[in-house]
Amino acid sequence: MKKTDTFKLGEKEFSSRFILGSGKYSMNLIEAAIKNAGAEMITLAVRRMNTKQQENILDYIPDNVTLLPNTSGARDAKEAVFIAKMAREIGCGNFVKVEIMRDSKYLLPDNSETVKATEMLVKEGFVVLPYMYPDLYTARDLVNAGAAAVMPLASPIGSNKGLATKDFIQILVDEIDLPIIVDAGIGKPSEACAAMEMGAAAIMANTALATAGDIPAMAEAFKHAITAGRKAYLAGLGRVLERGAAASDPLTGFLRD
Amino acid sequence: MVQINGEVQDVAGMKLEDYLKENDYVPDHIAIGWNEEILPKEEYATKFFCDGDIVEIVGFVGGGAA
Repeated sequence: MKKTDTFKLGEKEFSSRFILGSGKYSMNLIEAAIKNAGAEMITLAVRRMNTKQQENILDYIPDNVTLLPNTSGARDAKEAVFIAKMAREIGCGNFVKVEIMRDSKYLLPDNSETVKATEMLVKEGFVVLPYMYPDLYTARDLVNAGAAAVMPLASPIGSNKGLATKDFIQILVDEIDLPIIVDAGIGKPSEACAAMEMGAAAIMANTALATAGDIPAMAEAFKHAITAGRKAYLAGLGRVLERGAAASDPLTGFLRD
Repeated sequence: MVQINGEVQDVAGMKLEDYLKENDYVPDHIAIGWNEEILPKEEYATKFFCDGDIVEIVGFVGGGAA
């Protein structure tokens, strides 16, 4: 085992495996959430800016935290590329999380447009993290397109329903030679832990925190769960018996003998 | 007339830099789309609004997915 357990996205090395979302909670909680999460990367959205806006989210994010703008709002590859370029022009790096949805009811990602956008953005020099529906062929196409990671959804965005796509995420973990970052739908620390035990490289969570009673405390709970899951994965989980039982006590020296 | 963030405004002929100052925009916090092209920051100081321009001024907000 390596002394320090890190993973790489583009040229950057990360030791925290918790990517924090910043949506749906107030700016003054962001600093505390980042700190308690131990997060080194945070997602942001790009939107029209109102005039006379006094507060800016960038003022609440420490300099050592990598910004991961998403392309939410994009309905096709072309729109996603434009949003990504606008995000880069703000001047906060070249990471982008591709999100393309044509459906506003289920908010499921459009895998084929996501592959197209990834190809285009990689050519433009972006470090691309595509959000996708966990499908092996799409994941392979994303590898070929030059993605830095693959971000399969656990369940619909904002649902807190947990690992509904567990078996399909496992296929990606087993077959894809890129970090698999489980994104969307993770609602509880135990689910984040389970995904890490399966071999996910990292977890991205937002709504689970934003809708929690105590956001900074929940950020900390997730941090511990993700660390525990990662350690369990590296340790190698114990086997599961098909049937029957196996005592862990010695089977000799009973008092009645 | 110029369309800025979806709103029609009577700013044709005005310097972009002056508009940004007047509306408290911080150049380090924004990006500008000008008729569907990205406007490089170094052009903020020399750009003027023309009649019919469609301008998008964007920045980061909290977000995770969707």
